[in-house]
Amino acid sequence: MFKRIAFTVNGKAYNFEVDVRESLLDVLRNHLGFTGAKQGCSVGECGACSVLIDGTPYDTCIYLAVWADGKEIRTIEGVAAKNGELSDVQKAFVEEGAVQCGFCTPGLVLTTTAMAESGKEFTQDEVKRELSGHLCRCTGYQNILKAAEKSLEGHVCTCVDSPHYKG
Amino acid sequence: MYDIKGYYDAETVSEATALLAENPNLKLIAGGTDVLIKLHGGQLEGAELLGLRKIKSLEHIRVADDGTIVIGAMATFSTVFNNPILRELIPILTEAAISMGGPQIRNIATIGGNVCNGATSADSASSLFALNAQLKLQAKNGERLVPIREFYLGPGKVALNPGEILTEILIAPEDYKGFGGQYIKFSMREAMDIATLGVAVVCKVQSGNFAEVRIGLGVAGPTPLRCLEAEEYAKGKKISSETLAEIGKLAVKSAKARTSWRASKEYREHLVEELTQRALKIAVVNAGGAELV
Amino acid sequence: MAYTVVGQSVSRVDAVAKVTGKAKYTDDFSERDMLIGKVLHSPYAHAIVKSIDVSKAKALPGVEAVLTYKDLPEIRYATAMPGVIEAIATDEVSVAELKYGTAGHPFSLDSSHRDKEDRHILTQKARFVGDNIAAVVATDALIAAKALKLIEVEYEVLEALTSTEAALKEGAPLIHDDCERNILASGGYEIGNIEEAFKDSDHVIEGEYETSIVQHCHLENQVSHAYVDSDRRIVIMTSTQIPHIVRRIVAQSLGISWGRVRVIKPYVGGGFGNKQDVTIEPLNAAMSLAVGGRPVKLELSREEAMIDTRTRHAFKFKIKTGINQDGKINGIHISAVSNTGAYASHGHSIASSGGGKFRYLYPTKALKYDPITVYTNLPVAGAMRGYGTPQIFFAFESHIEDIAKKLNMDPIEIRKKNLVEVGFVEPLSKNKIMSCAIRECIDKGRELIKWDAKKALYKKQSGDKRRGLGMACFSYASGTYPVALELAGVRIVMNQDGSVQLQLGATEIGQGSDTVFAQMVAEILGLPMYMVHVISTQDTDITPFDTGSYASRQTYVTGMAVEKAALEIKQKVLGFCHSMTDTPAHLLDLKDQWIVFKESGEKVQALEVVAMQSYYDRVHAQPITSDVSNNARINAIPFGVTFAEVEVDIKTGKIKILEIYNVHDSGKIVNPLLAEGQVHGGVSMAIGYALSEQLLFDEATGKPLNNNLLDYKLPTIMDTPKIGAAFVEKEDPTGPFGVKSLGEPPIVSPAPAIRNAVLDATNVAFNRIPMTPQRVFEKLKEAGTI
Repeated sequence: MFKRIAFTVNGKAYNFEVDVRESLLDVLRNHLGFTGAKQGCSVGECGACSVLIDGTPYDTCIYLAVWADGKEIRTIEGVAAKNGELSDVQKAFVEEGAVQCGFCTPGLVLTTTAMAESGKEFTQDEVKRELSGHLCRCTGYQNILKAAEKSLEGHVCTCVDSPHYKG
Repeated sequence: MYDIKGYYDAETVSEATALLAENPNLKLIAGGTDVLIKLHGGQLEGAELLGLRKIKSLEHIRVADDGTIVIGAMATFSTVFNNPILRELIPILTEAAISMGGPQIRNIATIGGNVCNGATSADSASSLFALNAQLKLQAKNGERLVPIREFYLGPGKVALNPGEILTEILIAPEDYKGFGGQYIKFSMREAMDIATLGVAVVCKVQSGNFAEVRIGLGVAGPTPLRCLEAEEYAKGKKISSETLAEIGKLAVKSAKARTSWRASKEYREHLVEELTQRALKIAVVNAGGAELV
Repeated sequence: MAYTVVGQSVSRVDAVAKVTGKAKYTDDFSERDMLIGKVLHSPYAHAIVKSIDVSKAKALPGVEAVLTYKDLPEIRYATAMPGVIEAIATDEVSVAELKYGTAGHPFSLDSSHRDKEDRHILTQKARFVGDNIAAVVATDALIAAKALKLIEVEYEVLEALTSTEAALKEGAPLIHDDCERNILASGGYEIGNIEEAFKDSDHVIEGEYETSIVQHCHLENQVSHAYVDSDRRIVIMTSTQIPHIVRRIVAQSLGISWGRVRVIKPYVGGGFGNKQDVTIEPLNAAMSLAVGGRPVKLELSREEAMIDTRTRHAFKFKIKTGINQDGKINGIHISAVSNTGAYASHGHSIASSGGGKFRYLYPTKALKYDPITVYTNLPVAGAMRGYGTPQIFFAFESHIEDIAKKLNMDPIEIRKKNLVEVGFVEPLSKNKIMSCAIRECIDKGRELIKWDAKKALYKKQSGDKRRGLGMACFSYASGTYPVALELAGVRIVMNQDGSVQLQLGATEIGQGSDTVFAQMVAEILGLPMYMVHVISTQDTDITPFDTGSYASRQTYVTGMAVEKAALEIKQKVLGFCHSMTDTPAHLLDLKDQWIVFKESGEKVQALEVVAMQSYYDRVHAQPITSDVSNNARINAIPFGVTFAEVEVDIKTGKIKILEIYNVHDSGKIVNPLLAEGQVHGGVSMAIGYALSEQLLFDEATGKPLNNNLLDYKLPTIMDTPKIGAAFVEKEDPTGPFGVKSLGEPPIVSPAPAIRNAVLDATNVAFNRIPMTPQRVFEKLKEAGTI
């Protein structure tokens, strides 16, 4: 069974029929070539397949492709500028040594991007909570957290009086 | 790829109930975090799915004129957690919501789906039990209200009749007004985990005494449950360590914990006794009572 | 020595590729019309296939091939060049009957030193739940999955031996016919006379310790695709740590000559030892051959990968230590039972290697180690970060803590009294300790955690939450010498602009070796990092021979080859410059892309000019390249220590790590940022090992209970405390730039340090990990604490 859906990926419009059995991850990777989204568990436990849908992180392995109808999707391939310049989040991940094997990296960069672009303030605990849907086996999360905090500079409040003081 | 035979979307509740009446084989799918995982694991095959994600009317959270809190079944856990009304009026539910899975799961998993999945470990369940939630079930030819305690029938089994859809979760004013509460999820991990035990308590305090206590437990039996004996005992008792200890002991009597590879009966019962007291201690303060030291 | 690039925290050479999604992993490559392969796993832990009927599966539209143990393609003929008949030693044996070993060890010309060959591509006898009985190749994954369900198998179910005790008991059925009492191997070592040492001791103290089965959980599951190329050779792209070994083992499993296989390894999403083994590749090759060489993808799901790849061996230890009143250890006797699961894989090497690396830390007059490695009907245990050391050090570092407690000695002092010194020659390996900073590491860790102040503070506690401090030490090795071959191959080609390509047989799997190697080359050639282009993909047709990434060997062993290759380039550049400028090469050096006078730094010639000349000089043109192998016949011993502070919730049994520091003596640190990353990751994995991770099985049936990432509790970011990483840098004279290994060491000592901290907090000794809340509760209850 097929269903026609229209959506955008990194600003480019797509409109075609998808097999209702496919996940959004299947469509992104196998039909559109956005292989930056990785499959690590297929059940929404690891976060390697996360992309931003209308600005919010979702696990695409458990997101049916038909649900993408009308959505704006952003994958890791759409984070850097068109001229190749890295986003601040990407730069922070590079500089802080937040990358090892790199398999969890696209998802984490995207979730951090969503946080940075939300304009919200976060405590350190909240940053950790927002990243907690991504498993990483290489880094012990130490430099990932540093990179996220660096990306959120100005959003991770450091003033002692504030409820957002990160301690 | 999922083993799905057909997929249909409903845009309104009446459309959904009509489709359901037409084809009783349709399996409802809300956020998909349970249904798709069952498909992945082979517990569900060749499914014909009826998607509820387009029914925007089911995402609303509001307080009705009579003070009843109305939570649309399709509200996601993120929506529940971030809702200022719920955070103010029933924080034990928003705390339960934020304890569930991880952010990506909370962004799509719905509270209605969580309830209808019928798991004792449903993160919303102990709080909804403690809050005496009522469930509005809609079929093509009418609707009915079911108290949540009557909805959970057994592991994975709920009182949703063929053709019915859970549309709203209701919490009456008399069940939350004047109460303080606390929710504790005990699990091995701080995120992405299934509870070893979920404890939600609410209480009303009157001049140093418990006026009313309600205790909801998840994973303490095959379904979420309430500790009626402990609740009954607590009524009118002075708030003291001794009273709490007794409540803890009585709570264990209501529990129907079993040994599984996840945890032993003995350990779960120990946790029921301990965590009920811990939760109540904080609930008392949240209800305006004095802190027990 | 002062270096300019070595020792700097430069960014990873692959970081940009990885943050932009450009880094391609195996599953990111695809071939047109790729078929999907799936495996029929045994539902029984121990069973014989009585009959198997694949007719219904074969009849399903979309199914291209069904393979069983009796029906594997005879590859020797399938891949033969037209008109050429191969002469093969195994000619008499059909592929279905060929047995092979899977462990990623270098081949040995000495047949007694080879890995046990106990595996078939598909088996008639299931030895664990998940064993490979049959396979399907189909046009899509759903059809393949449906076809698996249509295969009708009749099993004769045998007793499932799910523990080493069950496997060893009198009359237990044999898992492999040729192994008596299900013992794969036994045998350790004895140095000195242990009985005499005990006699000479004031105290002889005994203890028992136990570790559990855990899994690597690299984020990228095992995945490969295979096809037969137009030259009739089998091409396999796979996520592996050991491409050259995969090539050899695939050829062995199919009974073809090794040159007929080509293995390509792109970026790898973590390995941790699990990909130092050949798991899916032989079957994947067979699948392609069964469909006329068309491309077939074989990808394990997480649930499959957690039981049908490799796990960490669970160990049970009995330790007896003779010690004098002053804390000096006279003799240690360690007995160990290692559970290797259904097939040998790395088998007894794990027990041997753990026992081998232990010998460097506390030299004693007498040391006896007798391990046995036992087959059971559980998933196959193999290599995993630390390779036997997390087990033995958990046991001994817990044991020495118990001794200190018993003798009322300070746990740090008792260790210091027995620690190794520089100059120690380990009697069995003959490896000599050329550098050792374990004492300095301990002092640093002690200071970082504020040991003395906190120890005093936590002396008397009685509340529901109690805190404690613990520490534990370890020794390791850099590579496997003298046990196995330590050959590394490196090729460098200088371009016209003076930049270079660096090509290695050692594999980048996330640990950062490509970056570290590039730093070494940049250092020697006076190049900026951006002028060293590392070719991260290994392709056995192109890449120099190297046995792969394991044993924490890359920086040290492959580093030696990198140094050798870069020095050769340097010599050639200076020689070419000599020929151009008449300035003797020995007076010259390379700096900032210039050939300069060594003494004055005065510029002689721009590197680019020399490089251009090397390509285009009408008489002397000869591009500057090097292609070297280095056989490292030496080892360097790294050391380190963990300090941990915990808080135990007495009532719930939950342990919280408040602070944890790993301090390492790994010689010179080439890249501090990356080195810290290795420590963070190792410690985090060790925290899981200590507190939450364990693969569980139904005791009666051997069925896995938690082979998924929800039920197997590897730490999330919210479970991971701040991890402190520190180094005491003493250059080791044997290593390139003074390095010693670092990849695996961080995982060795945290678990016992945490355990010792829990002991400090609760006064209860936990001799079994993981210390899950329920176990802590049960033990505290038993001790009367609750």
